Amino acid sequence: MFGDYSLGDLGSIFVMQGFAGLILFSVYVLMALGLAIIFGQMGVINMAHGEFMILGAYVTWMTSNFFQSYLPSLFSGYFFLAMILAFVASGALGMLVEWVLIKHLYKRPLDTLLATWGLSLMLQQAYRSVFGAREVGVELPQWMLGSLHVTDSIEVPINGVFVMCLTVLITIVVAYVMYKSRWGRQVRAVVQNRIMAGAVGINTEKVDRYTFGLGCGIAGVAGSAFTMIGSTGPTSGQLYIVDTFLVVVFGGAASLLGTIASAFSISQTQSTLEFFMSGSMAKVLTLLAVVGILMLRPQGLFALKVRK
Amino acid sequence: MTDSRFFNRSELIGILVLAVFLVVVLPLTLDVFRLNLVAKYLTYAFVALGLVICWGYGGILSLGQGVFFGLGGYCMAMFLKLEASSVENTKIQSTPGIPDFMDWNQITALPLFWKPFNSLTLTIAAIILVPGIFAWIIGTAMFKRRVGGTYFAIITQAVAAILTILIVGQQGYTGGINGMTDLRTLKGWDIRPDHAKVVLYFFEVGCLFVCIMIAQFVRHSKLGRILVAMREKEDRVRFSGYSVANFKIFAFCIAAVFAAIGGAMFALNVGFMSPSFVGIVPSIEMVIYTAVGGRLSILGAIYGTLLVNFAKTSLSETFPELWLFGLGGLFIAVVLAFPNGLAGIWGDYVQPRIDRLISLRKPKPAGWTDDSVADGAPAE
Repeated sequence: MFGDYSLGDLGSIFVMQGFAGLILFSVYVLMALGLAIIFGQMGVINMAHGEFMILGAYVTWMTSNFFQSYLPSLFSGYFFLAMILAFVASGALGMLVEWVLIKHLYKRPLDTLLATWGLSLMLQQAYRSVFGAREVGVELPQWMLGSLHVTDSIEVPINGVFVMCLTVLITIVVAYVMYKSRWGRQVRAVVQNRIMAGAVGINTEKVDRYTFGLGCGIAGVAGSAFTMIGSTGPTSGQLYIVDTFLVVVFGGAASLLGTIASAFSISQTQSTLEFFMSGSMAKVLTLLAVVGILMLRPQGLFALKVRK
Repeated sequence: MTDSRFFNRSELIGILVLAVFLVVVLPLTLDVFRLNLVAKYLTYAFVALGLVICWGYGGILSLGQGVFFGLGGYCMAMFLKLEASSVENTKIQSTPGIPDFMDWNQITALPLFWKPFNSLTLTIAAIILVPGIFAWIIGTAMFKRRVGGTYFAIITQAVAAILTILIVGQQGYTGGINGMTDLRTLKGWDIRPDHAKVVLYFFEVGCLFVCIMIAQFVRHSKLGRILVAMREKEDRVRFSGYSVANFKIFAFCIAAVFAAIGGAMFALNVGFMSPSFVGIVPSIEMVIYTAVGGRLSILGAIYGTLLVNFAKTSLSETFPELWLFGLGGLFIAVVLAFPNGLAGIWGDYVQPRIDRLISLRKPKPAGWTDDSVADGAPAE
């Protein structure tokens, strides 16, 4: 299988493939961060997570259209505003959903799965009614097109690099918020012992609402970032949801580091395998490996050792 | 409390009413096209029935029932496809005697795993055994290591994703995204004309009642009570000396086999099988049917399946937009307000009034909460 390539070619292929894996890694991390907060910390199975991402993508699309028609001179920077808007929109919807739906279901995690699935159906139909059934693509500003030529045979797309940088930035922010800020400490206190946290004066309902909102907001930012890579349709969210859950579960639900590690291993496995076989078989093998390892280590790679 | 080992009186009445409804009322009032639609819906009722045992009683939510539905369906479809691909029928192909999609994908000989499906006996065995063994493997791997609840749900979902990708990817062996179409005869008996559809419908209803009886038996036996106990306080059951994992595996396997029978019926009644009935979305829809009907009620799950599907067909014909809003809203409402579904509404609100009206029965003794909810199956 390697006979046709020279050693240099092979090196470049592995670098390119590894880089494709890194972009996939960023995608997984972005998708999984929000879910790691919602599922990992709060224990809510949010099947509508993909739809929150799609909301962010649609917000980005609308912003880009707005800039194109009214502020063409600022178009090259529209993305930064779009991301903030996506965060706000998805986060606000998330808080609304928590208030109406999720807060009644904290004691019944399997039922959150069913209810949020219902929510995802409604959101999908809402997108279809508002934005139409066709997939929409965002026009990228000039500086994001094209690719960097690292060497003669290695090319790296700029939008991929941009998404990667964004992922690093968001991850650092989330890690800071969850582990260093006062509010993050409150979140973890509520997760570990709700009653006790309430007893020491933490407003658990408020913490729950903002945590859920934050998770959904990150999903919105993820969706916003995805518009750089692909197009968005009403049902795109469903494509991601299983992968995302696997990433979170594989890493060990409550561990942020685990989420990143599992996103890395899954994406690298898949992009390496993709070189040897068809994309669908690579996906099957990756998922099988993940499921197999999960059977051996049910709590995931980086499980917190807590007494239940 | 119970009049016999398997039923108390209200359950017996409920089952008889369902029998009359399916065997007499529907065939007399519906034309063959609509009856065939009911037959299609009832194939999902098998899945819902399994979910009552596994999810309602055992507390194991499987989001991969489409996998077993698909395995059963594909086993049946492979047999029918081989029969439809006789040398006679496929003589225009470059290699006659193999299914057409293999010919399109340059496969010249029948793959080894297709060979057993030349025989109807082996096919029927496969419909039961393949999903059964598969469920046993998954169940053993998961429950022995005490994976449960949400993790189990997510992993079954991943399995559903894997199987769908595999079926779609391996076009030459499985028919790919189109699935297996153009199924014609069963042992030389044409399954396509109207009278065959009617015969198949009655056959399916018969199978459904066999499965209902099995489910009733499980529910009223000691096994059913252990399942409920496990759902409520797993550790206590374990400390009492029961092997919790084995009971869970058993419940999961029963649900899988029921789903597979449903899948096989689907292939027979509808005349094709495709990966669109295997993946995550159909699997979750099957859970919806159970939840709407009532996860604790055998009959409720069946009525729930029929009702949701009728609503889906009629609403999506006339108001395609409203349908998804309606389904999503219904689902949220069921989870928030009526965790026991239609059967719960019936048992809590309707049945007491009827009872009072005709005072047929004495009031239920207190303390049998689980059973009394389950007893509240809608008896029409």
